[in-house]
Amino acid sequence: MILSLVDVNTFYGTSHILQDISLGVGQGEVVALLGRNGVGKTTTLRTIMGLTPPASGGILFQGQEVQGDPPWNKAKLGLAYMPDDLRIFPDLTCEENLDIAAKLVKREGFWDKKKVMSLFPVLAERRDQKGLNMSGGEKKMLSLGRALMSNPAVVLLDEPSEGLAPLIVRTLAEAIETIRSHGMTILLADQNLKFCRRVSDRGYIIEKGQIVHEGDMEDIWDNQDVVNKYLAL
Amino acid sequence: MLESIVHVCLAGLSQGMFIWLVASGLTLIFGVLGVLNFAHGAFYMLGAYFCYTVLAALGDNFWLGLIFGPLFVCAVGFLVERYFLRYVYHLDLPYQLLLTFAFVLIFDDLVKIVWGAGSISSPTVPGLGGSVSIMGRMFPTYSLFIIAVGPLVALGLWAALERTWAGRIIRAASSDREMAAALGAKVPWIFTGVFVFGVWLGALGGGLAVPYVGLLTPGMGESIVIEAFVVAVIGGLGSLKGAFFGALIIGLLSSFGTRFLPSFDMFLTFILMALVLLWRPQGFFGEASR
Repeated sequence: MILSLVDVNTFYGTSHILQDISLGVGQGEVVALLGRNGVGKTTTLRTIMGLTPPASGGILFQGQEVQGDPPWNKAKLGLAYMPDDLRIFPDLTCEENLDIAAKLVKREGFWDKKKVMSLFPVLAERRDQKGLNMSGGEKKMLSLGRALMSNPAVVLLDEPSEGLAPLIVRTLAEAIETIRSHGMTILLADQNLKFCRRVSDRGYIIEKGQIVHEGDMEDIWDNQDVVNKYLAL
Repeated sequence: MLESIVHVCLAGLSQGMFIWLVASGLTLIFGVLGVLNFAHGAFYMLGAYFCYTVLAALGDNFWLGLIFGPLFVCAVGFLVERYFLRYVYHLDLPYQLLLTFAFVLIFDDLVKIVWGAGSISSPTVPGLGGSVSIMGRMFPTYSLFIIAVGPLVALGLWAALERTWAGRIIRAASSDREMAAALGAKVPWIFTGVFVFGVWLGALGGGLAVPYVGLLTPGMGESIVIEAFVVAVIGGLGSLKGAFFGALIIGLLSSFGTRFLPSFDMFLTFILMALVLLWRPQGFFGEASR
């Protein structure tokens, strides 16, 4: 496993959000965290990235214990993060938003600005536009592209399909397939089962801060009981 | 009459550029760190005293004092940020104000202990100590020098923030420290660097004040920091452009007030601030939501 969580517990103040979460992501895998709103998917990704550090438990990344590392160390070790609210720097242009990631963390690899712009051609068209003035779909592509710029070993994607028109969801699914074909490992959190089935190998289902089910995506898709119990809206 | 107005304008410009030098550091620190640094005036005062001490030690060389004096103040600023201020970033504004105000009192007393409670008369600057004739009236050369330094500092700051990668990273960290950290920026060190740089600007203002104000006194930073706060509020807290134009307006207003309405000098400044707060609470260049 390139990334594993062992009995991770995370709190927001006194609220116990993640309760003994254990999961693993293998090299080159695409793994989905599934669950309804507010069950702890975002907190899981934030905990891995070090933005909301765990109170207990271990996070192993490439064999190294990183649960106590600050986010900038994790970025340098090869973790990248696309938050659900995208967090594009409003004051920087589209191109600067991409460049800044490569300036902050320099790792060798396939991805560079040219490749990201050919993956999402709209970013080349919007090159000089301020982040503030970009549309939701463009920001999503920019946030994902920015995560690739440091050539991370594992990329964490929070709600990649949320709030997008069906056509853009398809574009994004194709992009994730391309990203994976270049050897990137992906852990994504999403509510859209159909989208997760298309792009992921395996899935974990979270409910109230605990992993309640895990399995191959096809098995989860076929398991109507699990889908109705934990994923149906 | 015309030459009188020109001279009042020049005096206003030089006063405004002085306030700008202090307000720029204050604004930079607020814009990036979100901290209202009340101790900024104390750093200005320390800048003046350290500059004076260095120049006196190095054979009355003002320029060496101006280069090295503020560096000592930067070291003080580093300790303040690293060991005190860092722990109140996440707290409400009143805690930051209380802490930084405590430093105002501490530094004022330290200055009294080290340099004495009395005032020190400041030296003139070789080559800039005289006056030049402008439209038949004499105007201090040093004030013209200050009028030139102000825009240079503004231009340098603008170029550093807008045109360098360090500047872009600072802007990114100031708009979203968490995302900048997730992308690999060591945000606490960036904040330390920005704070120390802001302190340097304040101390540089203090160093430049040495020949300008004539007398160095403990507490000399208090009146200028209030003016700098007024300027920052008028221009829009956190906006460097706002602080620059705010300083120009306040400098000119104060100069015209002193000349034509001497009894209402300070009153004019504060009435302007009150009007701006009523009409546009975010200041001329501030963001409404800030």
